[in-house]
Amino acid sequence: MSEGLNRLTIAEARRLLSAREISAHELTRACLDRIAALEPSLNAFVTVCEREALEQADAADRRLAAGGAPALCGIPLAIKDIFATRGVRTTCASRILADFVPAYDATVIARLRSEGAVFLGKTNMDEFAMGSSTENSAFGPTPNPYNRERVAGGSSGGSAAAVAAAECLGALGTDTGGSIREPAAFCGVVGLKPTYSRVSRYGVIAYASSLDQVGPFAKCVTDAAIMLRVLAGIDPRDATCTARPVPDYEQALGAGVKGLRIGVPHEFFVEGMQPEVEAAVRGALDHYRSLGAETVAVSLPHTGYAIACYYLIATAEASANLARYDGVRYGLRGAAGDLLALYCRSRAAGFGAEVKRRIMLGTFALSAGYYDAYYLKAQKVRTLIRADFERAFAQCDVIVAPTAPTTAFRIGEKIADPLQMYLSDIFTISVNLAGLPAMVLPCGYDGDGLPIGLQLIAPAFGEQRMLQVADALERSGRVERREPAI
Amino acid sequence: MTAGYEAVIGLEVHAQLLTRSKLFCGCSTAFGAPANENVCPVCLGMPGVLPVLNRRAVELAVRVGLAAHCEIAQHSIFARKSYFYPDLPKGYQISQYELPVCRGGFIDLPADGGEAPQRVRLVRIHLEEDAGKNIHGAEASLVDFNRSGVPLLEIVSEPDIRSAPAAVSYLQELRALLLYLDASDVRMEEGSFRCDVNVSVRRAGSETLGVKAEIKNLNSFRFVEKAIGYEIARQIGELEAGRRVSQETMLFDPEREVTRPMRSKELAHDYRYFPEPDLPPLEIPGPLLEEIRVAMPELPAERRARYVTEGLSGYEAAVLTRDRGLADYYEATASGLRNRKSAANWVMTEVLRVVNETGRSLAKAVPSPAETGRLLAMVEGGTVSLNGAKNAFQAMCRTQQGAEATVAELGLTQVSDDAKIAEACDRVLAAEAQRVAEYRGGRDKLFGFFVGQVMKAMGGRANPRLVNEVLKRKLGEGA
Amino acid sequence: MGGSSRITRDQVRHVAALARLSFTAEEEKRLELELSAILSYVEKLNELDTASIEPTAQVGEAGTPFRDDQVTNQPDPEAMLANAPAREGRFFRVPRIIE
Repeated sequence: MSEGLNRLTIAEARRLLSAREISAHELTRACLDRIAALEPSLNAFVTVCEREALEQADAADRRLAAGGAPALCGIPLAIKDIFATRGVRTTCASRILADFVPAYDATVIARLRSEGAVFLGKTNMDEFAMGSSTENSAFGPTPNPYNRERVAGGSSGGSAAAVAAAECLGALGTDTGGSIREPAAFCGVVGLKPTYSRVSRYGVIAYASSLDQVGPFAKCVTDAAIMLRVLAGIDPRDATCTARPVPDYEQALGAGVKGLRIGVPHEFFVEGMQPEVEAAVRGALDHYRSLGAETVAVSLPHTGYAIACYYLIATAEASANLARYDGVRYGLRGAAGDLLALYCRSRAAGFGAEVKRRIMLGTFALSAGYYDAYYLKAQKVRTLIRADFERAFAQCDVIVAPTAPTTAFRIGEKIADPLQMYLSDIFTISVNLAGLPAMVLPCGYDGDGLPIGLQLIAPAFGEQRMLQVADALERSGRVERREPAI
Repeated sequence: MTAGYEAVIGLEVHAQLLTRSKLFCGCSTAFGAPANENVCPVCLGMPGVLPVLNRRAVELAVRVGLAAHCEIAQHSIFARKSYFYPDLPKGYQISQYELPVCRGGFIDLPADGGEAPQRVRLVRIHLEEDAGKNIHGAEASLVDFNRSGVPLLEIVSEPDIRSAPAAVSYLQELRALLLYLDASDVRMEEGSFRCDVNVSVRRAGSETLGVKAEIKNLNSFRFVEKAIGYEIARQIGELEAGRRVSQETMLFDPEREVTRPMRSKELAHDYRYFPEPDLPPLEIPGPLLEEIRVAMPELPAERRARYVTEGLSGYEAAVLTRDRGLADYYEATASGLRNRKSAANWVMTEVLRVVNETGRSLAKAVPSPAETGRLLAMVEGGTVSLNGAKNAFQAMCRTQQGAEATVAELGLTQVSDDAKIAEACDRVLAAEAQRVAEYRGGRDKLFGFFVGQVMKAMGGRANPRLVNEVLKRKLGEGA
Repeated sequence: MGGSSRITRDQVRHVAALARLSFTAEEEKRLELELSAILSYVEKLNELDTASIEPTAQVGEAGTPFRDDQVTNQPDPEAMLANAPAREGRFFRVPRIIE
């Protein structure tokens, strides 16, 4: 019976679990078997929690037997290794936290725990979420399940790959400049980055605090809606998390797109884009029109400045966020006879090259004499980028655009040139600067069989409408989902 | 000070706010806990944790701002101040930089001998978190984070102070204000009131400022006075010798009573302040400000005015309100008495004498105001004489016994029984027939003698008022 | 990039000192080039006139501006010290600090 259960969606598994047709134990076993079979080469997980997962599954089975269990009870999930998990090593894919075991849960972990979700393990990522390929991991890269020569995307590459390879039913990621959406696109899964402040950041190891947001990876739009409802909501431990009520996102699904206005920003169709990506996105737009939506041209004139703006703000915040890794209270400590050497050796040995580069850039941008020219300038441009979206959303309900200029690139292709790597985030970054919700779902495959992701962007707290539009495309059956041949 | 020079002094005071929990987490602020007892992931700067602002700390900051005549910002923001030190868990301190919660304002120092009060203007008052504590050993330093995240108010003055005694006077005023406002317990020995001093000297009459030295972390008024005095002399010495004063951060060595440059500042300061993204802007809308204003405790000036309307002199009111503890003691003592003025006198003379003689705190030096009030009620009721009460009070300070018990034990209870007094008077007058005749013949002065004899006969315990009455009546009868 | 270095080797060293990072000479050289390339790229922001634009530090909606002044922490020093790289009793231990 457990054969193939790992391929279920959350919605399907939920039905089978509540009908007691399958047990959470068998479902979890199926995922763990899949992980055992794939992991040595897929490397989507940094830590697998087999024993804990089976215990949680058994506890979920008892709740399910009693009836009235919550939506995610018994659902096996994979967790990006950026979320603090009580008693389970949390590394952020960094040597500096290689042995760090938190005594606390991130708020979203606590919520999932109380729902009875099963945690299969912690997934690989770019160190401290800094990267677009999961190559910047102290534990080695995660290849793309569709093609092992290609990257899974990043920074949440492990979570995206684990969902694509059916090692789990869903996964958690974080998105600071595209870290959910780009890997979701590269791995052919659904990924959702909520409005900034929609989901608590407590216990999520900070990269850039004013940009970081937590979101789900899922096999379908419905599953993303189910997960988001559990993740979202006020948290007394996060002052920046909104008190706004959490809607039932599933209810929005199935309403179609008739009469909706879909905005198409011409700045997101740039020269040098992979033609198959542009064709797939334009094909999806045609399809939306055939489903009764109207497409309108909108302009986001400051899009070309978003990467520059982002790399100053994000690195400035990161330079402070990562100052706590000093070898004093936890984490790697370099051998040293004096304090200065202790700091420098711990941090030099503990951080990878990209993390150090961003700390350097951010420290410089905040340093005396450069603050106004770099950091403050970027904050002002951030205002312009937000205003672009406000104007665009006066003309449309959602924006549809590509997620990345290309499909998954080759492992090693961009790692030597940081700026080229940064430029791969060109279509995702402005959304974080504006704090808006956005999601990605598959809209086709290129000639090499690599997935292409369609990006939807909505006004702040417009997740329902965004899910409705994504669901319409998925439901129409236009995009045939090809599972990776593993 | 050497003639021809003027000192320019500004103070940065860090006062711990009187809250139960820390500024950004639910850890206790209790002093004296075992090392790393009151710590949690937030105040240890563990990965992923976030700060949430303590409402009470904001209310207290606003209270102090209102009392110091500051402009209260409806919108202020927190900032990260970055530097590395083992007691600073996040590698940055959450403080306020560009938009502090209070701006401007002033503290008036009491007038010395009829001069106009000196006004010390404030630059700003802001909220920030404290760091932990490093304990330095021979081979290693040990870090305790119990203080980490404790709420501090930083009160920054303009360089309006010109002498070490004036600096101390400013600190005393500030201390009194914080105590009145219940904003801080101002326990210097526990580190809840610390002071950094900026000192420079210049030629008298000069308008330009000299190069300043910053003396860090002074934790007693005496050290402040000594450190400033030493630093002024040192700087004048440098200038007189034709050298320049270098801008330095100094530490005060209380044993040798000298300042010396800090050695640990090997890297230039660059705190890289930027807005704290984990905290929303601190909004203090009108209604909240009004709520805080209404809940403000009575300020010294208000209390002084009230005392005068209650019948005390301006001088008495000023002495009593100088210290909130003393004023509270006076009010509690006077609460059950008919004559508030006698309570005021008692507190200003008897109570302050014991406090000054013993050098102990009010709470430890003298009986509770309730006991002192009972003793004074016995004076009002005639049960004990004023002198008897003074003796009883001295004893009470030593023994911690109650007023009634002490008066009884020392046999100080006054006899107010008319019959007994009349009997004693009769005996005295009978024995002194000769003098009675002289008195009746016009030697009025002898009345005091009779009183003395009666008191003596009664072992000093007779109520003098009654003795007077009875003697007057009896001596008049036979006339 | 070319000769128009946006950050000098000395600045790289100064920033590294501020950030408590140490680099080999080889790494310093590479950082000088990489950071200069990134800084010349971000200079495109100067094409925009932002003189009258307010900066944006935060987005979204805040939900919990304050917490009540209550002690909610249950002390657990062992758990808090469990990840310490060096400790002495209930203290975190570091090399001796010279003030």
